[in-house]
Amino acid sequence: MDFDFLGDTLVKLLGGVPLLLQLAAFSIAAGALLAALLALMRLSGNALFDAAARGYVFVFRGTPLLVQIFLIYYGLGQFPEIRESFAWPFLRQPYWCAMLALTLNTAAYSSEIIRSGILSVPFGQIEAARACGMSRSLVFRRITVPQGLRVALPAYGNEIILMTRATALASVITLMEVTGIASKIISETFRAVEVFICAGAIYLLINFAISRGIALLERRLSPQFGSAPAPTAIPKLAR
Amino acid sequence: MSYFELMGFGPKGWGLLLLKATGMTVAVSCVAFGLGSAVGALIAWARIQGSRTLKLGAEAYTTVLRGIPDLLVIYLLYFGGSAAMTAVGHALGAEGFVGVNAFASGAIAVGIISGAYQSEIFRGAFGAIARGELEAARAVGMSGRLLFRRIVVPQTLRFAIPGLGNVWQLALKESALISVVGLTEILRQAQVGAGSTRQPFAFFITAAALYLMLSSISGWGFQKAEALGMRGVRRS
Repeated sequence: MDFDFLGDTLVKLLGGVPLLLQLAAFSIAAGALLAALLALMRLSGNALFDAAARGYVFVFRGTPLLVQIFLIYYGLGQFPEIRESFAWPFLRQPYWCAMLALTLNTAAYSSEIIRSGILSVPFGQIEAARACGMSRSLVFRRITVPQGLRVALPAYGNEIILMTRATALASVITLMEVTGIASKIISETFRAVEVFICAGAIYLLINFAISRGIALLERRLSPQFGSAPAPTAIPKLAR
Repeated sequence: MSYFELMGFGPKGWGLLLLKATGMTVAVSCVAFGLGSAVGALIAWARIQGSRTLKLGAEAYTTVLRGIPDLLVIYLLYFGGSAAMTAVGHALGAEGFVGVNAFASGAIAVGIISGAYQSEIFRGAFGAIARGELEAARAVGMSGRLLFRRIVVPQTLRFAIPGLGNVWQLALKESALISVVGLTEILRQAQVGAGSTRQPFAFFITAAALYLMLSSISGWGFQKAEALGMRGVRRS
């Protein structure tokens, strides 16, 4: 094994980590906001909102992320209306297109996780809180959200890891994050195995850090159990 | 040219090519999923029954393949495979670059990733079999192999259907990534069409619709299969 080459590759690949983290962090944060909105639409009891959110989730979970990225990056430019609009300075850049696609995609998956978290709160508790005279918004803030979050956390942690993994697709539209750099080195040197080992190690390390962080948070949010309870949210689904 | 002319089956339409590409997506996903079932069953067996080293190896397999990007695995198999083939070719006296088949390397890449997910499904489904049934089978004198064939396999499969449905959808969507190494499936065909007609939105939205159609049809199929598998189970 050629350790000089391995070390050299690792250093080059590490240069892509900041971009990877940016893509993941922004899309997860923005996706969470959109997901919360979608989940509330599903639970609003309004047939129109419910159908809209359902349709959104169906479309974004039923198509590959790569198609969504291409649709935004290449597809939107087909329309002169968009090319002349205020959004074009953003939509012509692969960076913002990747951000947008990742955000829209993770929102669809996360909204289902948030929804199942909210639904997991026993109705008796909400009834009791109402009986104590809490207003609906107070019940939501004090009873539903804290408990729902705790239940949704394991599945949500899984989604964060999947998103980190999915940022690799941004390399297809020329963004030089870790996978982009890796594919460039592979096509220059044809040493796929060594490059794969280095890039794989970086991703595994990041995932490990995230899953430790989530486990820590789980423990903090459930002091009464001592250790984390079994996950009960819906089974995860990747893209 | 209108959208429907463009996507139609006329002399200038792309309908037939897109239909063929859809067939390719289904074919490569099916091969990958089948491969994943074989890998998944082996890994699940290693995690349930294997020795300590086997268990550790199987666990590492699932952790690694679920943690690294699928695109990297596809690159590894395509370029790694091609490099190996080229080296073999040179040893045999051939000149230049020898590429591996995009279909085979892509199907294997998606298959080994799918295998990591399927092993978890199989393991969970095996865990759902009532222990009493296994004990009863032992008590009536079934050998290990007979017990496996008559009790374990049918029951595991039944409990695994919903999870397998999810993993199938995953393989279907991951197959789109094989377009990066040049396999002419839906996404690749859409890219070609977008490039030569300068109507990228029309082609990529059609590709999205085709994927939605495939995932809806197979979702419906898995629902039917689940109902069939659970027909003998009483539920509240």
